[in-house]
Amino acid sequence: MATADTTAQRLPSRRLPPVSQLVLWFFGAVLVVATFGWLIKEFIESPSRFIEVTLIGVTNGSIYALVALGYTLVYGIIELINFAHGDNFMIGSFETHSIVTEGAFQLPLYPTTFVLGIPLGTTAVAADSGLHRAYAIAMALFFSMLLCMTINVTIERIGYKPLRNQPRLAPLITAIGFSFLLQNIALIWKNASPQPVPDIFPHGNVISTHGVSYEWGAFIVVLITIPLLLVLSWLVRSTKAGKAMRATAQDQDASAMMGINVDRTISFTFALGGALAGAAGAIYVLAVGNTKFDLGFRLGLFAFTAAVLGGIGNLTGAVVGGLLLGLIAAYNDADLLFNIGARWTNTVIFSILILILVFKPSGLLGEQTPEGQ
Amino acid sequence: MTTPAARLRAPSLDSQAVRRWGLPAAAIVLIVLYPLLIENIGFLDSLFVGRLGIDMDTAFQMAVYVMLALGLNIVVGYAGLLDLGYVAFFALGAYTLGWFGSGLFSGQNIHFLDVGNTAIPGIHLSFWVVVPLAGLVCAIAGIIIGWPTLRLRGDYLAIVTLGFGEIIPDVFRNGDDINGHNLTNGVRGITQLDRPGFGESINNATGGFLPDRYSSLPDELKPWFYTILLMCLITIFINLRLRDSRLGRAWIAVREDEIAASAMGVPLMRTKLWAYAIGGVFGGLAGAIYGSFINGIFPTSFSFQISVIVLVMVIVGGMGNIWGVIVGASLISWLNFIGLQKIGNLLNDGIPGSAHDVDITKYKYGLFGILLILMMLFRPEGIIPSARRKAEFSEGEGEAVLYDTAH
Repeated sequence: MATADTTAQRLPSRRLPPVSQLVLWFFGAVLVVATFGWLIKEFIESPSRFIEVTLIGVTNGSIYALVALGYTLVYGIIELINFAHGDNFMIGSFETHSIVTEGAFQLPLYPTTFVLGIPLGTTAVAADSGLHRAYAIAMALFFSMLLCMTINVTIERIGYKPLRNQPRLAPLITAIGFSFLLQNIALIWKNASPQPVPDIFPHGNVISTHGVSYEWGAFIVVLITIPLLLVLSWLVRSTKAGKAMRATAQDQDASAMMGINVDRTISFTFALGGALAGAAGAIYVLAVGNTKFDLGFRLGLFAFTAAVLGGIGNLTGAVVGGLLLGLIAAYNDADLLFNIGARWTNTVIFSILILILVFKPSGLLGEQTPEGQ
Repeated sequence: MTTPAARLRAPSLDSQAVRRWGLPAAAIVLIVLYPLLIENIGFLDSLFVGRLGIDMDTAFQMAVYVMLALGLNIVVGYAGLLDLGYVAFFALGAYTLGWFGSGLFSGQNIHFLDVGNTAIPGIHLSFWVVVPLAGLVCAIAGIIIGWPTLRLRGDYLAIVTLGFGEIIPDVFRNGDDINGHNLTNGVRGITQLDRPGFGESINNATGGFLPDRYSSLPDELKPWFYTILLMCLITIFINLRLRDSRLGRAWIAVREDEIAASAMGVPLMRTKLWAYAIGGVFGGLAGAIYGSFINGIFPTSFSFQISVIVLVMVIVGGMGNIWGVIVGASLISWLNFIGLQKIGNLLNDGIPGSAHDVDITKYKYGLFGILLILMMLFRPEGIIPSARRKAEFSEGEGEAVLYDTAH
């Protein structure tokens, strides 16, 4: 009889979460409903502007998503916030600047002594033929990805690998060190002023009806992002290396016992993340038109927020989070979100970061980390 | 028979004792006399100290950073909570001075024991009231920020504090129009801040020893220096007392093993909150006097870089060791303000040949970054380690690496 009593007492408490949780859900629901309500109101008031802003949000969001994937891949496997990732993204944008404006692959710190001239010349201006510009874009993407990949793997080897058995904050502190170092390298490489690149993305509108227009220059960002995401998804889901990655993320010791080379798998993860950061850097600078040495810090934090929003370690989550965050930032920048005003966008995004971490650290789609599983 | 107690009472004067007490005593004497010695630069030069190029202005700022580092040491060093947004407290302290000790709210005309501002509208409380007030504001802010966030695990907490470190200056930047009220004067910042002072009657009674109102003339910075020195000494004293207190031991227990500490009856949340709040207090105090000294508070001066520089100080010096942190803070702030420039000049003059004009200050943040990396890789316990912290960092070293199949 006693056992029956205890189960009878325990079951309801399992079904009903504590009051604080309910209050939390209530406020969360109110916030989400209010946001959607407000957005619908804005949509009804001026649908064309709303759709345009949404398209901008998707464009920015896909860049956030690419960077967020780098955070989420690394966090998923070794539970480290790779603080230098945003700055790696910035280095990628700098490399693209070199390739597009000078037609050469430059090594940071040795911009004049080590220059790899790229055949056919890639210095591109808007007036060049479409084929030439496409070639320049492809070269910029390829070399930025290569450079960022190398940097990310090197950072992991030098800075994170020796600290794997240390308290968790030790590699985080090294990561901050690398972030500062990369920023300084970029500062010396070019200089402190914004670095402009010529607008070589195709012009004209993809859509132009009912007062809604969407430029090719923005659409191509999405067009480049989608195949990258598909390739990443294929790599992680269907290749042996991806399988090793997923196994290592679940349990390093067990995967080592199954014959997986954990060190190499972690390096591979960093390489993937770096490549995505490089691609994002290239796309960003070509779409926005300029870059700056301290760009990576803020954008990296935005992307990390996106990763956390979607559920850290969760690849789909990073993409969803990136798009959501891009939309939120775009709506707020266009003053479509509670009339907060564009100058509060940073605050809004960092508040989302804090609220998610405090109240729902597993994110929207659930975290997938060695600890979270 | 000598009991252990008797042995404790009569320490032998060996080299150990000289190193333990002699060096700090000499350093303190030098620091206290520094403003008087600086006029006789030849003597300082003979001690090498003069060549470091520390003028009164730099010395003051260095002391401010020592205070910040000691405050952060409580959070990072004692309690083991990585705070990447410590600059928020520094900013909040400075803005507290802006609110209660400047002409910002020109619609008001409130004066309380202030010196030399009776004609200027605005809220002017005595500087000696505003400084503790800044500490109080920061303590409350620390509790408000910490209460929901301190439950998070270490790396998430670091990011959340970083988020607050970004939000708070952002709020100050945009605070010139909150529902039409100007609370922070936005990017233009708050200038014409009240300065400390003792009023005319005390000035006359002490024969000018305690000045009527601190001067900002470069030759008259001595009172500023002694004020911040006194504040530093108080900070050190509180740090020392806290370390050996029940609370201090609770912090260290939480840092070393949260679950074990909690099982032993240490209230986790309360312990961490205290660390956060007390750490914030010192940030606030330093911010208030710094704002008054600089005579201008701008949202752009409170960037992430400052948080990291203070963190570098704590890590270089040795997390959890007061003396280490003081040495680290002095060293890094010296490098930050004047040292790198001095070293650069030395290098440029020292290397024979033409056209050496390496601007070494350009590499400042990169060098700090490298310093952070090297410290974490090779000496995570800092240059002057606390014995306990050292043991913690070498804990994992003996364990065999299970998955390292490469060897």
